[in-house]
Amino acid sequence: MHPAPSIILFTSISGLGFGLLGVLCLGFPAVSGREAFLWFLAGYVLAGGGLSLSLFHLGQPTRALKAFTQWRSSWLSREAVVSILTLSVTGIQALLIIFSSGNSVLGIAASALCLATVFCTAMIYAQLKTVPRWNHPLTPLQFLAFAIAGGTLLAGEDQAAMAALAILACVQMAAWLIGDQRLLNSGSTVESATRLGGPGVRSVRLLEPPHTGGNYLTREMVFVVGRRHSRVIRTISIASIGILPLFLLALPLEPPWVRPLIVALHINGVLLSRWLFFAEAEHVVGLYYGKHGSVRP
Amino acid sequence: MKHSPDLSPRVSDEIRKTTCYMCACRCGINVHLLDGKVRYIEGNRDHPVNRGVLCAKGSAGIMQHYSPARLRAPLLRTGERGEGKFREISWDEALDIAVSWLAPIRRTAPQKLAFFTGRDQSQSLTSWWAQQFGTPNYAAHGGFCSVNVAAAGIYTLGGSFWEFGQPDWERTRLFMIFGVAEDHDSNPIKLGISRLKERGSRVIAVNPVRTGYNAIADDWVGITPGTDGLFVLSIVHVLLKAGKIDLEYLSRYTNAAFLVDAGPGSTKRGMFLRDADGREQVLDVRTGQPKPWTAEGVIPNLTGEITRDEVPYQTVLRLMVGKYLSDRYAPETVAATCGVSAGRIRGIAAELADVAFNNSITIEQPWVDWRGVRHERMTGRPVSFHAMRGISAHSNGFQTCRALHLLQILLGSVEVPGGFRFKPPYPKPFSVHPSPCGHPRPGSSLPGPHLGFPKGPEDLCIDRDGKPTRIDKAFSWENPLSAHGMMHMVISNAHAGSPYPIDTLFLYMANLAWNSSMNPTGVMSMLTDRDESGEYRIPRLICADSYSSEMVAFADLVLPDTTYLERHDCISLLDRPISEADAAGDAVRWPVVEPDRDVRCFQSVLLELGARLGLPGFIGDDGTAKYRDYADYIVNHERRPGIGPLAGFRDPQGTGKGRGAPNPGQIEAYIANGGFWRDPVPEAGHYYKPWNRDYLDWAVSLGLLDSPRPYVFNLYLEVLQKFRLAAEGFGELQPPDRLRDGLAAAMDPLPAWWNPDGKPSESTDDTSEFPLHALTQRPPAMYHSWGSQNAWLRQIHGVNPLYVPTSVWDEHGFEDGDWAYVESPHGRIRVPVARMDALNPHTVWTWNAIGKRSGAWALHRNAPESSRGFLLNHLISELHPPKGDGFRWSNSDPITGQAAWFDLRVRIRKAPGDGPAEPAVPAQSSPVDPGPDVLRFGRD
Amino acid sequence: MTDLPQNTDRRLGLVIDLDICVGCHACVISCKGWNTTAYGAPLADSDPYGPDPSGTFLNRIHTFEVLPDDGTPSVVHFPKSCLHCDDAPCVTVCPTGASYKRTEDGIVLVNEDDCIGCGLCAWACPYGARELDPAAGIMKKCTLCVDRIYNDNLPEEDREPACVRTCPANARHFGDFSDPDSSVSRMTRERNGLDLMPEQGTRPVNKYLPPRDLGSRSGNTGNGNMVAASDGSIDVLAPLLEPVAESPSGLLGWIDRTLSRF
Ligand SMILES: Nc1nc2c(c(=O)[nH]1)N[C@H]1C(S)=C(S)[C@@H](COP(=O)(O)OP(=O)(O)OC[C@H]3O[C@@H](n4cnc5c(=O)[nH]c(N)nc54)[C@H](O)[C@@H]3O)O[C@H]1N2
Ligand SMILES: Nc1nc2c(c(=O)[nH]1)N[C@H]1C(S)=C(S)[C@@H](COP(=O)(O)OP(=O)(O)OC[C@H]3O[C@@H](n4cnc5c(=O)[nH]c(N)nc54)[C@H](O)[C@@H]3O)O[C@H]1N2
Ligand code: SF4
Ligand code: SF4
Ligand code: SF4
Ligand code: SF4
Ligand code: SF4
Ligand SMILES: [Mo]
Repeated sequence: MHPAPSIILFTSISGLGFGLLGVLCLGFPAVSGREAFLWFLAGYVLAGGGLSLSLFHLGQPTRALKAFTQWRSSWLSREAVVSILTLSVTGIQALLIIFSSGNSVLGIAASALCLATVFCTAMIYAQLKTVPRWNHPLTPLQFLAFAIAGGTLLAGEDQAAMAALAILACVQMAAWLIGDQRLLNSGSTVESATRLGGPGVRSVRLLEPPHTGGNYLTREMVFVVGRRHSRVIRTISIASIGILPLFLLALPLEPPWVRPLIVALHINGVLLSRWLFFAEAEHVVGLYYGKHGSVRP
Repeated sequence: MKHSPDLSPRVSDEIRKTTCYMCACRCGINVHLLDGKVRYIEGNRDHPVNRGVLCAKGSAGIMQHYSPARLRAPLLRTGERGEGKFREISWDEALDIAVSWLAPIRRTAPQKLAFFTGRDQSQSLTSWWAQQFGTPNYAAHGGFCSVNVAAAGIYTLGGSFWEFGQPDWERTRLFMIFGVAEDHDSNPIKLGISRLKERGSRVIAVNPVRTGYNAIADDWVGITPGTDGLFVLSIVHVLLKAGKIDLEYLSRYTNAAFLVDAGPGSTKRGMFLRDADGREQVLDVRTGQPKPWTAEGVIPNLTGEITRDEVPYQTVLRLMVGKYLSDRYAPETVAATCGVSAGRIRGIAAELADVAFNNSITIEQPWVDWRGVRHERMTGRPVSFHAMRGISAHSNGFQTCRALHLLQILLGSVEVPGGFRFKPPYPKPFSVHPSPCGHPRPGSSLPGPHLGFPKGPEDLCIDRDGKPTRIDKAFSWENPLSAHGMMHMVISNAHAGSPYPIDTLFLYMANLAWNSSMNPTGVMSMLTDRDESGEYRIPRLICADSYSSEMVAFADLVLPDTTYLERHDCISLLDRPISEADAAGDAVRWPVVEPDRDVRCFQSVLLELGARLGLPGFIGDDGTAKYRDYADYIVNHERRPGIGPLAGFRDPQGTGKGRGAPNPGQIEAYIANGGFWRDPVPEAGHYYKPWNRDYLDWAVSLGLLDSPRPYVFNLYLEVLQKFRLAAEGFGELQPPDRLRDGLAAAMDPLPAWWNPDGKPSESTDDTSEFPLHALTQRPPAMYHSWGSQNAWLRQIHGVNPLYVPTSVWDEHGFEDGDWAYVESPHGRIRVPVARMDALNPHTVWTWNAIGKRSGAWALHRNAPESSRGFLLNHLISELHPPKGDGFRWSNSDPITGQAAWFDLRVRIRKAPGDGPAEPAVPAQSSPVDPGPDVLRFGRD
Repeated sequence: MTDLPQNTDRRLGLVIDLDICVGCHACVISCKGWNTTAYGAPLADSDPYGPDPSGTFLNRIHTFEVLPDDGTPSVVHFPKSCLHCDDAPCVTVCPTGASYKRTEDGIVLVNEDDCIGCGLCAWACPYGARELDPAAGIMKKCTLCVDRIYNDNLPEEDREPACVRTCPANARHFGDFSDPDSSVSRMTRERNGLDLMPEQGTRPVNKYLPPRDLGSRSGNTGNGNMVAASDGSIDVLAPLLEPVAESPSGLLGWIDRTLSRF
């Protein structure tokens, strides 16, 4: 899939935002008043800002409100509804925390909603049979792991963060390794796409594309990353998402620049990982455009 | 909130029925007009050609009609030739200039005007204009198109694959298609093949490349280019040996029984035995004596031989048997050359024999032949053939096409049910066609038409010392039977001043500075080349075009034409009509929308030029213009008494067919009838047309023929033998010595094959320096150069890779996205490559005419058509490299002059990087404004 | 409402015959021509005369090459437009309800007034049958010419999709698959019509008729009996080619004998 910057930023940043809000609502770090206000502000900027970025991906942004109507069937619609619900519930909790002290039940509900929002976002991709790499439980797991790790890390809850980062690293690795097999195991091939294969046929391959010019589909859904290229990015990404932050957090000494550095590393890793999430995702329509293993006999 | 779209939107205010001109197929179209704009174009269901369907180009006509490349007003060159810098001028000024150039020429030396036209459909007007002007230098595109197929067909059968014949789609059970990608009959062929498949008939495609029609054929023979003649003669060899030939058909309808002078020393050797009245003789079985073949009740002896005044005579069939039974034509001998196994050759021969002789069909339809003999039923051999440029565009194409006709005739499958059928005005033997007129006289018209069918050396267009009288050297010893002229030689000859310099080159609807020329870069420099005095070597160039083409950039004066939806036109029986085998038909175009620019229908402009020049026939007795405009001409012009451009709705009552007085309401009558007219052939005349009394009478009544002229098919073509005799030193007209061997070899009166590598010779020694054949094919969704201005079509074909067979691909280690250098003896190009399996292993190919010159067609200078698209033409030269005899043979068929596009040989190697295509011709500046950045057709 | 109807009164769709499609693109352009001036926003073309022309089309022709283990390679032209699936994922993912399947006839449509151009439906379609229009910013797709097939302003015979009406090879057929006796149902049975990507579980309505024989394609001969001319084995017909003579004189003798029998 085409790695559109708007979606990469939107999903990464809102994920971090909801992660952070989730942690804050549970009362970590134990802050109140002006300090709490600033913490929540940060959470809202990330979550809300991220969401609003998603508008850039729409052909008709002005009609965005219509997206709230189909929550019964559409994950995108659910994401919209739940995110608004989440932002309001977390809002109440935020006010309570800032002016007095938060309500623990409300807090749990609020952070559950935060995860629910992230889950909906993830399901938009996980539901797509057409992208076998995404169409797997690891997709929501991945998104949730990112949110929790990011949230706890931002919130400075180092013990939790270290655990979360470790889990995230494993989930991420699993997602990549298992993901690489998904298309192969999906049963979708150029033969199934054209039904031209079968006994006695050695190979089916695209001879001529429908148009010599590009089109919406090739731009949006037919994107291929070179193997080597992706390995490099994966390594850098996994290192800066998890390994390095864990290592640095584990260090006893704590000069002032360490925390910003860790956060920066992590966010950088998240963006790289999210770029791969899209760039590496093979849409089966590529099979009609000579992509994804119309292999030479 | 349930969505309820409008399911019955208004479709259009009005439907206007006219004839498509996105290609030469002449389909009927319904043009839907909404708010005065063209909204949608669909096929006319009643139209005989397309019966409602429409091809991609036809539907895309809207984008052609509203193309930004449309010229807007007459143009006078301000910059250098080829630059594309012009100033818009008025029509008065434009016509004054044209007349000031042409009038003196006509007075002093009419041949100094060369007037050549492309695939226009008004050749009966343009040729007549040139004839009245008096220049011998007129022709249309046929010479570089398919004259080989046309001439071979008309000389052999009196009809041809090209335009004037079709398979019996409803009855054929085995159809073989040779060398066709698209053809002019685009839609009819698709409709036909689809019918065959529906009926479970078998389709065998012979083509080095498997796309389009060939892709859906039941069987595909990936033959090596240029070897079809050998392949076909091998099938003939096998069928003869097996006695699988239609003897009755041969004796009735062909010259198989004609007696040929077989005396080795005889000065008339190879000529027919004739009686005092010049009638060809056959041996009458009943008396054993020679008799005219037309004589009452003769039973011709097919195998006989006699001696008359010491001269031995043998029948044509006897000569054929002697020739084709030779092992030279045995499948085993030809297999390697043709790239087709002996087994497959036999297999196909067997299929043909099986369908022709074990599955013959009969129609219970009595008919009467020209002798008056009644036949109870019509018997047919349901095998049919079609062939076009894959056969035509080789320097052995004429003989190859003859070989194909020979096969059809042996199988008895021409003009019989299930076989190959003629379309009116054909059948028409070459003998009734005019001979070419090519001898100009100052200030006067030519006595007859320029183009025709020579009957022998006496009809050549040469002067006393054998020098060609035509600028293209058509009908000269170099190409005696160039029945359509040789447009592809005009610019190089005019530039070389050989046979003589000309003053004005007048081009209509031909992009000769680009895709219709061999060696376009060379041609462009010839057009811009100056002599010592600093004058252009071709001093004046007038171009009539509708769009900002590559050619226009070189014109001194541009006469802007309308689009096909803005003008009157007629698709006439005098030219290339819309007839089918069962009916004669013609059609009109008419202005379904008015031009919004200062442009004029070229035919009207030509009429006005004719009048201003005072050409006979163009002015009335009072010296004023005889015709108001083209519409007026279409209705009122009479070529022969009662016969005009349109055959339908003649006589003031509109009841006349073919012959009849002009009818002022004729065009309206056509429009009311859907834009066309059609008159069915009587049932009893459907088959055996050349010999069928019902057909012949009907044809005469329509004016298609002046009188019934029964004839026989020419298995043996005596005309060729006349030229061969001349080459061997007989007769008073003698060719130059350097041409003698070549002529003698080429002018074989029986179908022959030679290796098409320049000089005719059966040697098949591979020019291994250039091991690959390089071909082009018509893309179904693109029309030559004029399709690229089309916003919809250019998205389908914006670039053209060179398709390379897998073996060659691997040998050179090509990978997807690679580029290659392709070299011929003439030049080198750099092009993108793609791999293909369904391709002859010695052949590479690409789509034709996708490459464009930067700046042309109102396209952006970096349009893919110029940066990644390319022309193979840059590798093709109009002359071959010197042969053993040191003489450079022209790259054309030695008999007809047909341009041998497909004889091209190349070698290939990997090129570094990712483009651009080479040669990169410098951009031309555009006389028209660029198009919009976004197109929302239907809104804006 | 983006719930899919349990079942539709009729199941309208296309049969596409891969055995006869010549890849001429006629259906592509007639589709473009009709639809750019019909249902909803025009089918825009960006940079139509420039270096990177790219427009919206609702129907496109791919070309595939099929290489058999042995025998002749073939080229198959492959038209593709919306298959109007019964389990259309493009419908259920739509957040606005703009994308829906009609209960009357099963046609899958986009209500352009409700479409926010999020593109998710195009992502959900395995077949690449939806394209986001560059100018209008809304989703375009094959409407099965819903504004032709019911159009009272068109003569009865023209109430069929533009692509079907124009196809010169008669490779496209329109009809109701819920009626077992409809021509499309019959064709699908007789030529065992196929679903594209059945594993995607979309249950397409449109069916594809496979090429008759992808090997040598030596299918039916004129007289109905099989001849594998492509591999040279001509057993069935070999006797036909028994020489009647080897030498010219022999053949001429045979001809005389044969003629004397007339
Ligand atoms: N869509 C479309 N239709 C057109 C045109 C167009 O530009 N576009 N042009 C029109 C014009 S002007 C013409 S003349 C006609 C021409 O129509 P066609 O006769 O179809 O001409 P080409 O497209 O040149 O196709 C030549 C075919 O012959 C094959 N071939 C080449 N060499 C050989 C050979 O030695 N043996 C055999 N058996 N095959 C060979 C090539 O592979 C190719 O398939 O098309 C007309 N129709
Ligand atoms: N390599 C290679 N070259 C080939 C061939 C090949 O097979 N291979 N095929 C050859 C053959 S068969 C042919 S016929 C030629 C075709 O080549 P051309 O005869 O050059 O035909 P077009 O490219 O269509 O160019 C026709 C010109 O007519 C103009 N035109 C279009 N419509 C109108 C109109 O309504 N009025 C006027 N006045 N002008 C108009 C166009 O703008 C263009 O300038 O190409 C030949 N060249
Ligand atoms: S074949 Fe196509 S372009 Fe040619 S006349 Fe017919 S519809 Fe027009
Ligand atoms: S119009 Fe018919 S033959 Fe041509 S591409 Fe479309 S489906 Fe195939
Ligand atoms: S083909 Fe694609 S767009 Fe059409 S219904 Fe099926 S899933 Fe939806
Ligand atoms: S693009 Fe339009 S139709 Fe498609 S899912 Fe989004 S809103 Fe629905
Ligand atoms: S049915 Fe109509 S909209 Fe669909 S592809 Fe055919 S023409 Fe286009
Ligand atoms: Mo041509």
